[in-house]
Order: sequence, then structure tokens, then C-alpha cells
Amino acid sequence: MAETILSTGNEAVGHGALYSGCKYFFGYPITPQNAIPEFMSREMFKAGGSYVQAECETAAINMVFGAAAAGARCMTSTSSPGIALMGEGLGGISASELPAVVVDVVRMGPGWGTVQQGQTDYRLLTKGGGNGGYRCISLAPASVQEVFEFMQTAFYLADKYRIIVYVVSDYILGEMAERLELKTLEFDPLPSKDWAVRGKGNNGGTHNTIVPAVGNIEGGIPGYHLHQDKKYKTIEREEVRYQTYQTEDADLIMVAYGSSARISHEVMKQLRADGVKAGLFRPISLWPFPIEQLRELAEGDVRLITVEDSQGQLVEDVEFAAQGKAPVDLIGVWARDLPTPSGVLTPDNVYQEVKKII
Amino acid sequence: MNSETAGKSLAYEKPKLINDNKFHFCPGCNYGIIIRLIASVLEEMKLTDKTIGLVSAGCYVQTPWYMDVDFVAALHGRAPAVATGIRRVHPDAFMFCMQGDGDLGAIGMGHFMNAMMRGERWTTIFLNNACYGQTRGQMAPTTLLGMRTTTTQDGRDAEKTGYPLHVAELAATMKGVVYAARCCVNTPANYAKAKKMLKTAFQKQLDGPGMSILELLSACPSNWGLPPKEALAFLTENMIAEYPLGEYKNVEPKIDV
Repeated sequence: MAETILSTGNEAVGHGALYSGCKYFFGYPITPQNAIPEFMSREMFKAGGSYVQAECETAAINMVFGAAAAGARCMTSTSSPGIALMGEGLGGISASELPAVVVDVVRMGPGWGTVQQGQTDYRLLTKGGGNGGYRCISLAPASVQEVFEFMQTAFYLADKYRIIVYVVSDYILGEMAERLELKTLEFDPLPSKDWAVRGKGNNGGTHNTIVPAVGNIEGGIPGYHLHQDKKYKTIEREEVRYQTYQTEDADLIMVAYGSSARISHEVMKQLRADGVKAGLFRPISLWPFPIEQLRELAEGDVRLITVEDSQGQLVEDVEFAAQGKAPVDLIGVWARDLPTPSGVLTPDNVYQEVKKII
Repeated sequence: MNSETAGKSLAYEKPKLINDNKFHFCPGCNYGIIIRLIASVLEEMKLTDKTIGLVSAGCYVQTPWYMDVDFVAALHGRAPAVATGIRRVHPDAFMFCMQGDGDLGAIGMGHFMNAMMRGERWTTIFLNNACYGQTRGQMAPTTLLGMRTTTTQDGRDAEKTGYPLHVAELAATMKGVVYAARCCVNTPANYAKAKKMLKTAFQKQLDGPGMSILELLSACPSNWGLPPKEALAFLTENMIAEYPLGEYKNVEPKIDV
């Protein structure tokens, strides 16, 4: 029987990595994800692997580049400004088609931002951040259990497609503690990593391996981009993940991911108690975004209300999916409850905002 | 020379690791000689099967297309970070990192310093040609005072741009470094010395922890605006005067507690 423990979301990242067979972690301290490198600094060595406290996030992602090129499951975690610093390396890993898992425990705002809760990295995590037009799969858990399970899914998808997979956490998900059932998920078999550098003796000395192998892809630059694009289109077709709650009879559907989906689920229950036919659409893969699935709902006679703890980023994808077939409203950062200057989105505040809209 | 003309009467044969792809280097550039040097030492020390080489941005970035060992091409300046990741996964691999003066001394200085601080076990081959060769000859941290580059058009002026960077001397101050030396390949005698130093640097890596570093001065006729022969003369007279050749550190690789 699987062991059940009390775990924070940040610790669940560590447990998820261990259950995925990840033995290499590279990172740089940044709030609010420090519990992750602290966990890894103990556990990676116990697992027979290694942990390096890098000199900066740029170094951390390039260490991931190296360990991935060497054929190992490896990862880093950071918070928003760290992802910005990693942009170049993320592009390099993508261009080299290496598998890697990157956890973003999001904090609010641009630049150094704040160390407060926020969901202001949606664009960064779904539309790139580095140069050149690459894609990363982004998985958004909404509970500690999902953080743990999505880590395993992330490593599987990374290896399957030779791509970066983000697990999108945030301050609330990282710091909150919930029951966590530790169990290994089952996945299909993966191809061997015959593209990894190990020294050519491992190939019987017959041929050497170069990462990136861009010179070996047929068709020059267009061929390389067509090859990448084909992979991205396969992912858009095969790897869309989402969840719906009571959308069947709904005439008001909230759209929210991560911690805001948890908040919105509470709001939905309050609205239902009032007799409002409210539902919730929750994108789990932020890229690939469940465009078709949301579009189908938008084609019914519904109003869509996006709930996100930002200035409005997810709402752009919601509007794209809706294509004007349903009105789209946004409840954003300004709806926070403000006992302090920072505040946080709460079910009560979002409920009041929804009431204003309808 | 190609494999057909290589014969017993020749004093030097092309190392087997060097394939038949044509070098792209400018006439008079020393990088071809340096790549040949690395390949011959890897062969002589029987390291080819377990070698992983790293290159980052600079004219030497094409080395993987000439030398048949496993290679990873890192982003500009990031080779020490990438090598750190590889080293954790493959503790038994033999690793060398080729880095140029802009790569190691400017954009990647933080990574290089921290890798030395951690005592990372690989051999850094630092190529110092006193300019940014690949981007057409801008000032590098190693540009000599008074030297004209495309971004110091009246000559490098210490008041505006500071002073040349001495990597071998700097590396020698680091506890995580076991070997630091400077050489060049401007004469057959210096080539022989460079080969001996590279063998020592490689052996240090095999013997234990700590980084070994070999700085190689290299002529860059195209960007120095000199014909190959005059560029070699400039290297001999001016580069070596600023960057004296020799061993700066040579200690036993061990963990100091």
C-alpha cells in the first residue's frame, strides 16, 4: 500500500523527482522555492546522484543542459526572475532537443517582482522567454498530490518528446501542506537515449556523438524547423490536458488554472448554492492549451469568466479559444482581499466580483 | 595532408581523431595546430574512447566537426556550467573545455571562477588571441594595451577599458586548481613544450580532483590586420611579453581538508 505523508507542494516536487528516478538537481536559491533545493541537497546524494548549488540561474540551467546531454534525468527549480535568467539556456536545451524538467514556483510581478503570491508568468511559460521560437510543455497542478504526480508525468513527457516540461507551481501551492499519497505512476516504455554523450567507447568506438546534432538533420535550416514544428504539432494533438467541473448545464463558466482553480472551485460551489448554473474549466496543460475543448464550451450559450492572479495573461488564450462566440470577462489581481498591501485572491472576493459581473 | 599522402617518411602524421573535413580557419591562425595538438595527446594517452569535449562560442566552435570524439557545444561562456552537469553524470569520463578569451574572460567569467572554486575535474584549454575572432576582432579582456581592434580603434587605452586579463596567473591563485600554465605553438620548440604541458594537464585530471588549465597564446592575423608571418612575429614579441610562458601552478591533485 502506498505511504501517505503530510507534504508541502515544494517538498512534493522533491518526492516527485525521486519517484521519477531523477538523481541530478542544479539550482540557485530564490524565494519562494528554497525548500526544493534544500530537500534535493539531502536526497539527491542519498539516491546515488548529485546536487549542485549553482552560481546563478544561468549556470543552473546550463548544468541541466550538461546532465541532460549526458543522458540523465535531471531538473532545476526556481521562481519567476530565475526563469527570466534561464531564458537563454532554455532555448539552448530546446534547440538541442534535450529532455529536462523545470519547476517555476511563481512569484508576482516583473523584474525582481515581489516575493508574494502571483500568476504573472503565464506568457513566459507558454509563449517562450528565450529567443528563437521554441516550445515547452507547461503542466499546472492545483494540489500537492498533483504537484507530485505531475513531476512524474513531466519526466516522462520530457523523455518521450525530448523537450522541456515546466511544472507550474506558485507561492500558495509551494508552501501549503496537504496529504500526499506516494505512489509510482505507470507510463509507456521510452526509447533509449542513443543521442547522449558518454564517450565514444560506449558505441564500441565506431562513431562519436555531438550535442546539438543540428548538423545531422536533413534539409538545412528549414528542415530543422519543420522537424521541430512536427514535434510541436504532435504534442498539440496528443498532450492536451484539462478538467471540467459541472460545465454540462452551466451558463457561467469560470476558467482558471493552478491555485486560482482551487479558489474558483470554491466560488463555483457558492454560486451553485445561490442557484447560479456555474461551472469551471481548468486548463492543466497551459501549453498545449485546450483550445478546442474550451471552444466547444464557448459555442454553447455561456459567459466565460477568467480568474487569474495577474494583470490578464491566461485571458488572452481564453479569448482566442472563444473567438467571440462567448463573452469573456477577467477577474484579476485587482480583486485581491487586502488586509495588507499585498493581499491575495480569496473565494469570497472572487465570488463578489462574479456577482458584480452577472 | 590527407590519409593518402600520409606515409612512413613523414615525421608527423595526421592524428586518427582528425577527420577529413576541411578546416575553416584563416591562413596563419594557430587553432588548426592547437586542435591537432589536442587530438595527438588524446591519442597518445589512449583517452579517445572516454573523452567528452566542450566548446562554446569562438572560432574553435567547429572543433567537433574536425575531431572525432564526443562533444557538447555550449552557449557562449557557459561551457564550465555545462561541463559541471556532465561531470556529475559521468564521473569517469575524460573532459576538456575549450574556451576563448571573450568566452572565458568576459561573458563566462563567473562560471569559470565558480568552476575553479568548486575544484571541478576537467582540463580547461584557454585560447588567447587577444581579440574576439569570430565576431571580427573586437576588444577582448586579453587585448594588449595600445592594440587596435574594431572597438578600440585608437588602440586599447587603460583609462577607458582597463588592463589585460592574465588567466594562467589568476587560475594559479585558486585552491581548486592543480595545474595552470601558459604556452604557445609559434615554433616547433614551443609546440613540443605545449605538448608536454598538455600531457601534464591531462594527467592531473586522471590523477585526482581539481581543475587543470592550459592557456595557449594564438595568432589571429585576420583580426590583427597582419600577414601570417608578421602576426607570428607580433605574438613572439608582444603577446609573450605581456603573457609570459611557463608553469604557474603544479601541485598534487587532492582534497585539502
